[in-house]
Amino acid sequence: MSKLSLIIEREYVSRVRKKSFLILTFLMPVIFVLIILVPLLLSSVKDTKVREIAVIDASGLYLNRLQNTPNYQFLSCSDSTEAYRNQNKAKYYAYLIIDGNLIEGNPRVRIYSVQQLGPDLKDYVQSQLSQMASEDKIASYQIEGLEQIIRESKVRVKVETISWTDDGDEQKTSSEISMIIGMITAMLIYFFIFAYGGMVMNGVIEEKSNRIVEIIVSSAKPFQLMMGKIIGIALVGLTQFFLWVLLLLVLLIAGSQFGGIPLDGLSPSMPGTESSLPPGVLDSLHALGSISISKILFWFVLYFLGGYLLYASLFAAVGGAIDNSEDAQQFTLPLTIPVLFALYAGIYGASNPDGPLTIWCSFIPFTSPIVMMVRLPFGVPFWHLLLSYGLLALTFVLSTKLAAKIYRTGILMYGKKITYKVLWQWIKPRR
Amino acid sequence: MYYVETRDIVKQYTGHLALDKVSIQVPEAKIYGLLGPNGAGKTTLIRILNQITNSDSGQVLINGNPLREKDIYNIGYLPEERGLYKKMKVAEQALYLARLKGLSKQDAQKRLKYWFDKFNIRDWADKKLEELSKGMQQKVQFIITILHEPKLLILDEPFSGFDPVNTQMIKEEILNLKDKGATVLFSTHNMASVEEICDEIGLINKSRLILQGKVQDIKLSHRSGIYLVRLRLPEDLELAKSRLEKSPFFKIESSVPDNYYWHLELSIQAGFNDNNTIFKELLENYDIVSFEEKIPTMHEIFIKSVQS
Repeated sequence: MSKLSLIIEREYVSRVRKKSFLILTFLMPVIFVLIILVPLLLSSVKDTKVREIAVIDASGLYLNRLQNTPNYQFLSCSDSTEAYRNQNKAKYYAYLIIDGNLIEGNPRVRIYSVQQLGPDLKDYVQSQLSQMASEDKIASYQIEGLEQIIRESKVRVKVETISWTDDGDEQKTSSEISMIIGMITAMLIYFFIFAYGGMVMNGVIEEKSNRIVEIIVSSAKPFQLMMGKIIGIALVGLTQFFLWVLLLLVLLIAGSQFGGIPLDGLSPSMPGTESSLPPGVLDSLHALGSISISKILFWFVLYFLGGYLLYASLFAAVGGAIDNSEDAQQFTLPLTIPVLFALYAGIYGASNPDGPLTIWCSFIPFTSPIVMMVRLPFGVPFWHLLLSYGLLALTFVLSTKLAAKIYRTGILMYGKKITYKVLWQWIKPRR
Repeated sequence: MYYVETRDIVKQYTGHLALDKVSIQVPEAKIYGLLGPNGAGKTTLIRILNQITNSDSGQVLINGNPLREKDIYNIGYLPEERGLYKKMKVAEQALYLARLKGLSKQDAQKRLKYWFDKFNIRDWADKKLEELSKGMQQKVQFIITILHEPKLLILDEPFSGFDPVNTQMIKEEILNLKDKGATVLFSTHNMASVEEICDEIGLINKSRLILQGKVQDIKLSHRSGIYLVRLRLPEDLELAKSRLEKSPFFKIESSVPDNYYWHLELSIQAGFNDNNTIFKELLENYDIVSFEEKIPTMHEIFIKSVQS
């Protein structure tokens, strides 16, 4: 067994066996599913409390036309507010005061309450009164059939997006679905770069502060130790990712069995089950079918590896240069900024996948792993992918070489104040 | 036959010269003490032998051949700053480090069992290192160093941190390994242990090798011609002393009487090369209790060499 593979094995096994890894791996999909399911469940729980709202309607035009809802009941009330303000104020949930006819002048409409109100009641009253006022206004023109005309003049245009495939076939697309998939994969890469890059750095710091590093480099080359750590942790990341995908699928299938959500609808080629879904969802599912999941998965893994290798080697260099994690800040900042920038560029790019910023950022190696993920579901020319990945691969080879120089010198250096000037002395070629 | 030989090793760090043409010769199956004050360049030399750092120029020969990558397997290294993975199980990391050296898994397991039994730490094999006492951790570290039965042991301050019992144990083990043919290069500040176990030494000061050779040879070459003499206290000390001072053969370096004895340090004057000269002179007039040549300790030689 070669030394590199021994090191990889140790790095991988020692992390995968940790309790925190198991917990995170198995809990994450559960939390993810809960985040989706809980609001659904909560929204299905009905609010049965009936709240009475006293209406003081000076015009007398609106009280009877206000529709009661299961939660709000509007009651007539002739008293002035002053009477309630001081004594019986808890009698009603709220007091709606309409000062006059809404289409004449500009009367105030107010809701008083003891408790701070949520937006719910206000929105409801506002929309009801607006509708009534607009109906009254239309009626006030006294034109025969005006209401009908106005209703008919509201034409809603629905735009479909269809893309041509290479052989000229039509494919329904959905920019929303593409956006969501792009965002999720971009976020995942962002998360992986930081989580596993940080893991590499802490692993290096641990070996350095444990002082075991000198024993290891007397048996193996520093480069082997660094690469073994980086590759071992990459494998941890991939293991975690595939376990998540697997668990998510299991949970979704299990969930569909319980909740009666027809998962078959996900594959648009089965027309039998489609009828049970509302048309909007159906369109999305058709569009989902047009995005090649396997292609995205393939490039996701490649860009994850590329982006991770680029940053992890730099994180390893930082870990090698410093003595303890408190000193990390000044050197990790230059690594954090491009990743954060990439995330923002990605978020912006999701709604503008062909914009110059998005395209440029999908070529620049420090941002491409995240930004390309956003472009991918919208379809990217193959040569773009090739060029972008080529640049990324070239950069991570260079950054690894650079990192190895810092790492090799740094791991045996203790108690020295490391500045960028010192780092440069380690990197610069010897004459 | 030298097992380790360096020729004119030079190592330059930014702004300072760590090793300046250092050539050491470590004979096979002997214990060689690498001495020197802090910062003299010992650790740099040790790291070069371990192929952790490269020298700028010069040559390292192992058993007559230039140092190669596979020599790693022939070397067991115990660095001054000890350390292992705190959260890793003892047996697991011993196995890992032995395999990293190039030992097969089966061999490593077999030998581990032998050493764990011998050092009485078998029960701790499945504990995490951080659960062990400091002394116990040191034992584990020592076992890891010698597990692959290296032909060359490089030990940097091997006794630091050990209690006297464990120190004795490690000392015996080092001598044992030497008897089995291992060459030991060890660096220390503890001069008493040098006298006790080293066959040869090399002294590095300010990046240069300033002294090298057999311990006995070095000590003899540093003798000062002073003799420690103890006489029974004469009745008239003043008279005895004045008589002694008149002797043309030697000079009194110090004279300390106590209730019973008179302690003297005498040095032979130039031209008289014979120990017996002093002895004869004393024999006639005084009652000699003991008489010995003052041989400098390694400690004194160290201080004298470094300061000059």
